[in-house]
Amino acid sequence: MASHAAARNGGARRDQRPLKKRLADASAPYLYSAPALILIVTVMLVPLVLGISYAFRDIQLLNPMSGGFIGLDHFRTLYEDQNFYRALKNTLWWTGWSVLLQFVFGLILALLLDKPFYGRAIVQALVFLPWAVPSFLAGLNWAWLFNPVVGPIPHWLFALGLMNEPYNILSDPQLSTWGPIIANVWWGIPFFAITLLAALQAIPRDLYEAASIDGAGPVQRFISITLPFLAPTIAITVLLRTVWISNFADLIIVMTNGGPADRSQIVASYIFTQAFKRLDFGYASAIALVLLALLITYSMLIVILRQWLLSKD
Amino acid sequence: MTGKRILSVLAHRLAILAYVVFALFPLYWLLKVSVTPNKLLYSEGIKMWPSRTSFEHFDFVLKHSEFPTFFKNSLIVSGSTAVIVTVLASLAGYAMSRFNFRGKYWIITLMLLTQMFPLVMLVAPIFKILSPLGLTNSLTGLVIVYTAFNVPFATFLMQSFFDGIPKDLEEAAMIDGATQFVAFRQIILPLTLPGIAATLGFVFTAAWSELLFSLMLISGNDSATFPVGLLSFVSKFSVDFGQMMAAGVMALIPACLFFLLIQRYLVQGLTAGAVKG
Repeated sequence: MASHAAARNGGARRDQRPLKKRLADASAPYLYSAPALILIVTVMLVPLVLGISYAFRDIQLLNPMSGGFIGLDHFRTLYEDQNFYRALKNTLWWTGWSVLLQFVFGLILALLLDKPFYGRAIVQALVFLPWAVPSFLAGLNWAWLFNPVVGPIPHWLFALGLMNEPYNILSDPQLSTWGPIIANVWWGIPFFAITLLAALQAIPRDLYEAASIDGAGPVQRFISITLPFLAPTIAITVLLRTVWISNFADLIIVMTNGGPADRSQIVASYIFTQAFKRLDFGYASAIALVLLALLITYSMLIVILRQWLLSKD
Repeated sequence: MTGKRILSVLAHRLAILAYVVFALFPLYWLLKVSVTPNKLLYSEGIKMWPSRTSFEHFDFVLKHSEFPTFFKNSLIVSGSTAVIVTVLASLAGYAMSRFNFRGKYWIITLMLLTQMFPLVMLVAPIFKILSPLGLTNSLTGLVIVYTAFNVPFATFLMQSFFDGIPKDLEEAAMIDGATQFVAFRQIILPLTLPGIAATLGFVFTAAWSELLFSLMLISGNDSATFPVGLLSFVSKFSVDFGQMMAAGVMALIPACLFFLLIQRYLVQGLTAGAVKG
């Protein structure tokens, strides 16, 4: 092997390499990625294809007679399913507010942590801690905080005059989605802060110095240096997070279980309910397929928008 | 000018303090209720600290529940997943970072697509595939599934770490006669240690908190992981807030310890990647 490498780098270029060596070179990247790829294909892609086929079949886990091909029946049911439309609306609400608040508070935190101060390392570890909390434990934790029996939040809101009596907002049809959103914001701020802080620290410091010498104020420096540098990171993290959060049902299932009366159900938790409570995998797969199509459309739009913005420059 | 400066420093510290309080308060409350004796749970429900503390809830959970088993199972599953994923993602991430090849675009597209599946969609098919292989109700089955789910993101992560390391390093080694794989193992990997630590941490916490597939694939208590165990705890002892929160506190410990150890590398590693990316 050593002689091959030497031959390759000693004057003789590409095409004079022996065929075997060329083959080995061409297959190298595939060999490196093969184990990961094989696993992804067998454990994710094959089941996905099966799952898509389930959307057109009658699959009920406890019914051995099910399994037949039923064409578009699930989609016809779905078209008339009012619960699905409400879940879709709730998904927009849940994803929009969660991403927006996580991003804004995450960016502020990243900017705060980008300044050196005494004890920064410890503070950073502490404020990033919620991210390490298992998601469904975060859900339980916040559900307890909202519970007037053991939690303080209803009592605080009562003391502030925002509530007539301490009650649980998770059982209020008007407010129940806010419980999981708050828990999600608490849990997700660190993700944005970590990625944005990393991007901030990669900005060359001398740019700021040069700008202040030229008389640029802090706001101006933020707009003309920080934001353009952060833009690619922001675009990719917001895209990934949006898709991820609209699929993220743990908090809602743990905190409200879609209730009261399906008022806080999002599409992902609705799929979960269909699959696990009614064991109707066929219908669940049909809903999942629609969700998948919507998310792919969304991502395509963002990617096209990005290309368009890049080509404009 | 100095007055304004002091004011801005003060505002900065206050904002930081607000974030710390917001981040820690829920966890503090979890801890507080877990050490509040049952008798005081309702009478001192919203006091910041109970007048008397006890470890009765922890005692109960450790001795009279199957929580220690859940804990052990979760540790095995998350640990193995983290190690296997990191190995696979280092290899794949290296390929993405260092080679230009025809399939690269498709591999990246495939990996991005996997991040968009509603995972619920995969539950039933995976159950049907793993069941005849005897991999349902087994920790091995869970490790396989979690590994596959975490490899794509970990690969992107490792790729960005590799991108941060100059190519000249392994080129120099290869001129000296090393094969690319040797250069990768002996020169590039040691330089990526912070990135490897960050990936390990990411995957460990992800596997530690996974609920859906664990719920679906595991039916007995013997191989239940802690999220499933805690959830069954909640449905079984739903009025025993003290015990639930004691279990919650214990479940929190390994994830937090792991996180505190690696969080420093997380930002460092991502910074290295961002320089190029």
